[in-house]
Amino acid sequence: MKFGVVVFPGSNCDHDAWYAASANLGHQAEFLWHSDSSLKSSDCVILPGGFSYGDYLRCGAIAKFSPVMASVKKFAAEGGYVMGICNGFQILTECGLLPGALVRNRGLKFICKEVLLTAATANSPYTCAIPTGAELRIPIAHGEGCYVADDATLDMLEADDRVAFRYVENPNGSLRDIAGVLNEGRNVMGMMPHPERATEPLMGSSDGRMVFESLIQSYASQLSAAK
Amino acid sequence: MSQITPEIVQAHQLTPGEYEHIVSILGREPNITELGIFSVMWSEHCSYKSSRIHLKKLPTRSKLVVCGPGENAGIIDIGKDPEGNDYCIAFKIESHNHPSFIEPFQGAATGVGGILRDIFTMGARPVAVMDALRFGPLDDPQTGARNRRIIDGVVAGIAHYGNCFGVPTVGGETVFEPSYAGNPLVNVFALGVFRKDQIFYGKATGEGNPVIYVGSKTGKDGIHGASMASAEFTEESKQKRPNVQVGDPFMEKLLLEACLEAMQTGAIAGIQDMGAAGLTCSTCEMSSRAGTGIEIDLAHVPQREQGMTPYEIMLSESQERMLLVAHKGRENEVLDVFKKWGLDARIVGTVKSDGIMRVLNHGEIVAEIPSRPLADEAPIYDRPHTKPLRKVPMEGPALRSENLTADLFTLARSEDLCSKRWIWEQYDYMVRTNTVAGPGGDAAIIRIKEIGSSVAMALDGNGRYTYLDPREGAKLMVAECCRNLSCVGAEPVAATNNLNFGNPERPEIMAQLVEAIEGMADACAFFETPITGGNVSLYNETLGEGIFPSPVMGIVGVMKTEMPVGIAFNEAGRDIYLIGGIGEADGVRMGGTQYAKQVIKDIWGLPPALDMVFEKQVQLAVREMVTSRTVESAHDVSDGGLAWALAEASFDNLIGASVDVDSDLAPELLLYHEGPSRVVVSTADGKTVETMAAKYGVPALKIGVTEAGRLKISNKGITLVDTPLATLRESWATALESKLEAEVHA
Repeated sequence: MKFGVVVFPGSNCDHDAWYAASANLGHQAEFLWHSDSSLKSSDCVILPGGFSYGDYLRCGAIAKFSPVMASVKKFAAEGGYVMGICNGFQILTECGLLPGALVRNRGLKFICKEVLLTAATANSPYTCAIPTGAELRIPIAHGEGCYVADDATLDMLEADDRVAFRYVENPNGSLRDIAGVLNEGRNVMGMMPHPERATEPLMGSSDGRMVFESLIQSYASQLSAAK
Repeated sequence: MSQITPEIVQAHQLTPGEYEHIVSILGREPNITELGIFSVMWSEHCSYKSSRIHLKKLPTRSKLVVCGPGENAGIIDIGKDPEGNDYCIAFKIESHNHPSFIEPFQGAATGVGGILRDIFTMGARPVAVMDALRFGPLDDPQTGARNRRIIDGVVAGIAHYGNCFGVPTVGGETVFEPSYAGNPLVNVFALGVFRKDQIFYGKATGEGNPVIYVGSKTGKDGIHGASMASAEFTEESKQKRPNVQVGDPFMEKLLLEACLEAMQTGAIAGIQDMGAAGLTCSTCEMSSRAGTGIEIDLAHVPQREQGMTPYEIMLSESQERMLLVAHKGRENEVLDVFKKWGLDARIVGTVKSDGIMRVLNHGEIVAEIPSRPLADEAPIYDRPHTKPLRKVPMEGPALRSENLTADLFTLARSEDLCSKRWIWEQYDYMVRTNTVAGPGGDAAIIRIKEIGSSVAMALDGNGRYTYLDPREGAKLMVAECCRNLSCVGAEPVAATNNLNFGNPERPEIMAQLVEAIEGMADACAFFETPITGGNVSLYNETLGEGIFPSPVMGIVGVMKTEMPVGIAFNEAGRDIYLIGGIGEADGVRMGGTQYAKQVIKDIWGLPPALDMVFEKQVQLAVREMVTSRTVESAHDVSDGGLAWALAEASFDNLIGASVDVDSDLAPELLLYHEGPSRVVVSTADGKTVETMAAKYGVPALKIGVTEAGRLKISNKGITLVDTPLATLRESWATALESKLEAEVHA
């Protein structure tokens, strides 16, 4: 499987995602420059964490205008896997690929720590390999990670089984403890926690591998179905 | 015709003697721009004029040192990658004390920005930051509210800059004293990694090579920042807010990536960041180091506002700017990279061979100064020094505790010893996925992905010890820093120091500085940790009140990349050993301890006694125990003594200790003395621990076993401390936040 990691000016978890996918998961990974429109035939595009364009207007608000995002939108519309992590999640909500928004943490401070997550559904390419009820230790590192949406949207997300991850103990005030959500086609997922930071024992947890492994598994079965 | 009056000279903080020296260098009177240039280059901050003759006493070499003091950062060799390429780290600590008092958020943020530029200007990618912070007490009736605002701003500023830039802030230390209320300390350490064949130096080589300016536009911010940092604070200095620069970590991130990419083109001959003293410092230092001259025209310098004078442009300390020299004919390769990253890069001048720093403004000469005298002939003072300032007695009060367990809770709730989670959770300490051990341990560990090794780093400083005895205090600091590294299994290899002191023009303050440097020199030579660079911050006084002499040491060590051994007890029923033994203590040596500070609320006497030979043996033994995985945890005994070391080892997993010792020391001393050369370890293999300790000739005292949920310490069967861990941990974990929240309710 080939991962394409988008590099916006100000991305700073791009290398971490690249390293997790290539060195730790053993798959191909390449960087995609924000002003190029080519996705270099990636099977999954990762929008990494960081502070794209400095996050000066609103987190992710400028990134949505970059040439690469036009390609990402097209790719997503065709059913391609798009995973937004942290700032990448913010970008996905800004550009309308995912509903809701990420606002300042309750408590107003940046928080970096390991948290516990559960997969809220097994019915997604990002969670299918995660045992039901398993608590994943995965770090968060964000100042604006509080997920909000109006009640109707939240109800719809739950009704459609589109909540991907929930916090066991809500660290930032996210409504209904939501840590990650899926789009309607379930091929686009955004999450605030950093699975790429938990892909080897040396980093204190390997639980993030399950997110990547779900994806790799889904991709493989998609391939074999196509054959 | 001269417009320079003695008043103008004085306003630039130059003495009449220094002015005469300027006139003799130029062979004429300087104009106002030249005077400004001299004043910043010859400020204490840039020239180290009061400390330089003493800094020469510090050891600076070893077989691993690739680059010592004098460059932007020190460099040491850390080993090869599988292909045989040599890898190095560049690291340094720097202060941003004065700006952080005036404007805590931006002061601290730009402190981080400045030291990061020092690292990547050499070609190294920054991979870790640590901070040594000193504040006034948070609950002081007079200054508490301001102290809380300062810590809140400083921590947010560090977080803002480091998090956005994408460098993990992996550790540090925070101490509170009344003497820091009017003069907080913000010392930032940064460390970067690169290949040895890709080191860049700040040299303007090659006559005719173009000089390129890149990064933020130049504005009027920070003018005379360097000279401000060299003066004591007065009521007026609160008015100096425009002197503090504003940081833009996003711009810095772009600069980092663009500079590293541009360096790969091979078209860059030399590069230096514009930090203190801005364009002035970078131009004259680069040409001085290369023995060349440099000519720039300010008309080409990107400016943020109209009508800036040459004086303002040359002295501006606008952040996120770099000056580089490209190989002639290849400048477009460099400019293209900056264009790709959306950065403003302009050719502003040329390297000359005449040794002159010549500044033009639209073709007209506005300053013409020989580079080398400007950069290197700053006056050097052998300032008079007498006996170090000391206003406390040798003997302290008799120590008769009514409740030794309650004393332990007092320590747990104290600002110095309580959990600093509130601080470090605001820092992204994991970005770049190299953090093997982050904040909260004895030392932080960063793995270097390219090679099989990791780098461990620790910061230490103890103002009370140094106040009581500057020489011994400095040695203790070096010993503790090395001990912290040994506890994680790393071998200390090199150091950087930040010397925060008061007004050097006062002989008793100068004496503190001199003795501390000499003590540090002895200890660094002994522990084989040469000092490869650092920073001196003097005039840390407000309204005549000086700070405790506060040197801070950053020491780095090298180790194999593997799962870390932490400070915490992991399993119940393990044997606990005290490597190095109970140590010796008396009432006089208790005067600088946390027990004296938090429980007795006093200071007296002397710091703990240090035997460096013994200390080294203890460290060797512990290092072997850790690297061989004979021990499951290791934590050195320092602030708060043995009782506190045991408590800290108990918190993470709520696995405590049941300890019984056999000592004739008074209980207060036994529990809380801070004698060095001691490490608490837990092990499932006591025999091997004993054998290893014996090999290095140090005692390994079996003092008890780990026990879930409880901390009990007794002496000869008599219980001294006994507490459930949950309550002790709660006190420790919540103290800082509850003190800070007082602000909200106040």
